Amino acid sequence: MIGRALAGLLRLPGAVLWMLLRALAAAVRAVAAILTLGDIVRQERPGPASREAAPAPPAPDARASALVAGALLVSIAATIAFGAAYALGAQTQLLAGTSGVSLAALAVAFIVWGQRLLQQEQITEERAPEPSPEEARRGAEEALARGEREISRRGALGWLLAGALGSLGIAALFPVRSLGPGPDRLLFHTKWRAGAPLVGIDGKPIRAADLLIGSVATVFPEGYVGDPSSQALLIRVEPGLLELPPAQLAGAPQGFVAYSKICTHAGCPVGLYRARTHELVCPCHQSTFDVLAGARPVFGPATRPLPQLPLRLGADGRLRALGDFTEPVGPGFWGMP
Amino acid sequence: MIGHLVLWLDDRLGAASFLRKAMRKAFPDHWAFMLGEVALYSYLALLGSGIYLTFFYTASGDHIVYHGTYRPLDGVPMSEAYASILRISFDVPAGLLIRQFHHWAALVFAAAISVHLLRIFFTGAFRRPREINWLIGVTLLLLAMAIGFTGYSLPDDLLSGTGLRIAYSILLSIPVVGTWSAFLLFGGVYPGADILRRFLILHIFLLQALIAALIGVHLFLIWHQKHTQFRGPGRTERNVVGSPLWPNYTMKSIGLALVIFSVLALLGGLAQINPVWLYGPYEAWQASSPAQPDWYLGWAEGALRLWPAWEIRLFGRLVANPFFPSVLFPVVFFLVLYLWPWIERWITGDARPHHLLDRARDCPWRSAVGAWAVAFGIALTLAGSNDVIANLLGVPVEIVTVYFRVMLGIAPILAAVLTYFVCHGLQERDRQPERRRIRAIVRVNARGGYEEETLPTPDSPAPEPGGGESGTGS
Repeated sequence: MIGRALAGLLRLPGAVLWMLLRALAAAVRAVAAILTLGDIVRQERPGPASREAAPAPPAPDARASALVAGALLVSIAATIAFGAAYALGAQTQLLAGTSGVSLAALAVAFIVWGQRLLQQEQITEERAPEPSPEEARRGAEEALARGEREISRRGALGWLLAGALGSLGIAALFPVRSLGPGPDRLLFHTKWRAGAPLVGIDGKPIRAADLLIGSVATVFPEGYVGDPSSQALLIRVEPGLLELPPAQLAGAPQGFVAYSKICTHAGCPVGLYRARTHELVCPCHQSTFDVLAGARPVFGPATRPLPQLPLRLGADGRLRALGDFTEPVGPGFWGMP
Repeated sequence: MIGHLVLWLDDRLGAASFLRKAMRKAFPDHWAFMLGEVALYSYLALLGSGIYLTFFYTASGDHIVYHGTYRPLDGVPMSEAYASILRISFDVPAGLLIRQFHHWAALVFAAAISVHLLRIFFTGAFRRPREINWLIGVTLLLLAMAIGFTGYSLPDDLLSGTGLRIAYSILLSIPVVGTWSAFLLFGGVYPGADILRRFLILHIFLLQALIAALIGVHLFLIWHQKHTQFRGPGRTERNVVGSPLWPNYTMKSIGLALVIFSVLALLGGLAQINPVWLYGPYEAWQASSPAQPDWYLGWAEGALRLWPAWEIRLFGRLVANPFFPSVLFPVVFFLVLYLWPWIERWITGDARPHHLLDRARDCPWRSAVGAWAVAFGIALTLAGSNDVIANLLGVPVEIVTVYFRVMLGIAPILAAVLTYFVCHGLQERDRQPERRRIRAIVRVNARGGYEEETLPTPDSPAPEPGGGESGTGS
């Protein structure tokens, strides 16, 4: 038993060697075939005085099988190269090149094998018509109907069954409710409170002197830096330019005006400020808001102005909120007033 | 060896008669029939590379400070998810290759499904008895978009985070159930509690299992109903002519699979895609520009950008702007797409089964409808990059947007009219046999030389019977 296994093992290298030799021979044939390609092309244009006997056509398979062998060898070589590249921690490009070539060569081998080395044949299959014979159709209908009759004979029980299954199904939906809190009033409030100092993204307080006319800063209420709903844009404009109703103007001291940074269209942060035209532009869908006119939308899909954050300027030169935004921030929803 | 296997299986399953028939199953040869296969093989590529990626991905929005191989982001706070993507890209050997392979495969997957769907549409392959497979196919297209979106949202980079924010806003805009559905999916006010973990489960399990199951049914139905075929000698409504499954078709199909894997591997390592380390980690108060989704969602982005500043109030409640371009429009579009086999039957009154395919010219009005839809989709997709186009042309983005709003109406109609007349022109040409008359015969003689025999042509074209000539002048 063991002896036979050993003998088999000993035979193995021989078999591998034999395969390699054959592959090598095929590769040599492939090269030869490619080299003789010129002859084949030339044969197609014989001179006026043709040779007496047409040369025997080359066996159609020789070149194809050589090609397959060549492709398989290339594939093996590329796979080995991939392994080596991986082991050596090579660049992604080299890994891609080697694995890509390995797969491509293998693809060539399969396709040439399929197209040139296999006998090409077209087979015809008959289609059975889709409908079954009338007898089978009636039989199926009858089988279904019989079962249904047996169940519906116990009318009240059937209805009870439907009720039990239905209510169980509805009850199974209850856990869905646990996936998140109800919207209630969450969309109406942010973290801004009356007196909350404005801080920048670094958490440092914003002073009036820090901001030149024409500049803009992303601000948060102190203690809530990065809070997605509370993000606001503080812009300083020439005080006389603001065209706001008196109530809103009161929340924009000395040309400091703040709006929610969340686009009222689809919620992207309105990050682009065109200082010359005093416009805020959303980078996502190009909704454009007129800063001087209460962030009224002037272009793009947004319909509602960016809600204003009323400000006051303290004696210490720090900007503080007078309260929360005047309206719910962000994109519209069913319950939005 | 193989014989023993067959016997072993047959002893237990009685599979021999099935195998005998299956191996000799006919698969019609036409280049357009490989489009579905491309989708199938890119799905397999996605599955393999995706499983690998899950071993390294962390679905957590918890913030850490990055100290890794990629120096430019050293010391930057980011989510664990984003950090794990950096690790896959820079530290896991071959990680970047497989990540990019996966992303490219997703693009190819969606593209193959789309083109495959167009092939089915233009050749009328959706007609009876294949309506069920049409429904499954359209569903697979929707699922491909959904799984693509959930997939590219996982890195939690600035670009994909913005996409998530928009998706949340679209959900919010749905009347009545909008706020609830957004809150339940995201687990609260945006960005929610656990969205990455939820998207991961959707991406690698729920949507993935649905796609796998539907592909299975899709293939089973193709097998059961047998493939359609184009008209040709010996091909009828009652038969199917093609290569046998084993070995010819199998070899060819494996070859195709390898071509796809090879192209994806080369793309994955040589063509950079979604370099999230350049976008930076997601912060809710930041957005990048330009920002476009993956191509298969470009139409949705374009619709959002083109829809005018318009929304309505219903019963004192708000139906917000994004609802119309991003919910109502896709629902209507896909409803029509789903119902197309029945819509066409209602128009033509043709309820017979069809196994022979139309060429696009055979049904000019259907092709016109298809061309309309394709042009509409292309226009929307281009409009989704209106800022890029504006930048490229040096034109204000406002003008580009208005231009696209106009072209969205005009271009699809032009495409439809053009297609209609081209189809009729091609039909006309098919009807004129003299254009295809054999004018000469070339023979190879026994010596290997050539002889040409010119066939007689009438000096003046004789009047065709039935007035077939009359159509050429117009």
